[in-house]
Amino acid sequence: MKQKSRSFIAVDILYILMMVLPFIAGMTLKILTKQATTGISITGAQIYLDIPFPIQNLVITEAQINSWLVIIAVLGICLYMTHGISVKGKLKRQVLAEWAVEACESMVKGSMGEYFVGFAPFIAAILTLSALSSLSSLLGLFPPTSDVNITAGWAILVFILITYYKFKCGPVMYVKSFCNPVAMAPLNIISEIATPISMAFRHYGNVLSGSVIAVLIATGLQGLSHMLLGWLPGFLGSFPFLQVGLPAILSLYFDLFSGLLQAYIFAMLTMLYVAGGFDIDEYERRKRKKQLKAQNSSAN
Amino acid sequence: MLALAIGIILGCCALGAGMAMIAGIGPGIGEGNAVAKACEAIGRQPECKGSVTTTMLMGCAVAETTGLYALVIAILLIFVAPGSLVGLLMETLEANPELITAFIK
Repeated sequence: MKQKSRSFIAVDILYILMMVLPFIAGMTLKILTKQATTGISITGAQIYLDIPFPIQNLVITEAQINSWLVIIAVLGICLYMTHGISVKGKLKRQVLAEWAVEACESMVKGSMGEYFVGFAPFIAAILTLSALSSLSSLLGLFPPTSDVNITAGWAILVFILITYYKFKCGPVMYVKSFCNPVAMAPLNIISEIATPISMAFRHYGNVLSGSVIAVLIATGLQGLSHMLLGWLPGFLGSFPFLQVGLPAILSLYFDLFSGLLQAYIFAMLTMLYVAGGFDIDEYERRKRKKQLKAQNSSAN
Repeated sequence: MLALAIGIILGCCALGAGMAMIAGIGPGIGEGNAVAKACEAIGRQPECKGSVTTTMLMGCAVAETTGLYALVIAILLIFVAPGSLVGLLMETLEANPELITAFIK
């Protein structure tokens, strides 16, 4: 195997820095700006900047900054994985990248159908962004997914996609899809509006409830250790021994499992809703009809 | 009197949050049913374990939604509502100074 050239390694290091540095920057920013608190402190995202704007002030919060950092890190991962890619495939990372792309494409094909293969990059982007955002809480950062604004943004994006694919068969079919049966039309409209709301709240609620429960349990363990081990002399008496390690077990479920599961579910629901709102047979039929019409008119 | 009013606001917010979380019963029962049926299905056909587990997790997440709505309401009631309600009370008092004398009595 050929030795890697020096410039190749230099670019590699650059990409790895691009992956790691955003998180370090986020941690530094948090350490510099966060006020020290004792006891239970459950707050929303901190506001970093408040820029005056005509209609409403443009607020830059911790959640936004952290999600931008995650986006940069994802870009770094993608560049690192595809760096030095070749037809013969000499590198281990190329195998990994190919596996990821193939797995995502097969997942999209399996749950959306052959027509939607082009959706694979979008689904992969949502998956990675959501998973890394939730996992960033392991580093002590404010997870962007526990802010409803971020998840609502994604949900609105998905809602626009759903509506676009429903409109592809024409506005008449769009209206018709609500009136089936006619008496249920109001309920159908409500459930259509409820789709993005439920998607946003599901993701946000799961991540937020995890962090709230983690804070409550950590505080409870502090009180418990004061009660049980308060008789120890001096510094040992005031040191919360039970807080060491025990909350990490909960974090295994709430941060790792729940975060990854919610990312998967968000991507899965996106695929189901978009594919479910689009009637492929009807679309093909209309397309053929249009082609026939065009041929007839050109023949005449 | 003012302290009593603020106390009633805080207490009712906490009570409302507690009552909102009664909704947790529904998803609990629903998800329990789903997992029980999934276990039965895997016991009957162990070769379908993968797809059954994926479908079950998916269904569980959707069933959880109502519980999460309740959670969001509870969180709003605990962290957001008291502040805004007390602020509203103070604003009303500032706008109508004659009410302050009634409160002090």
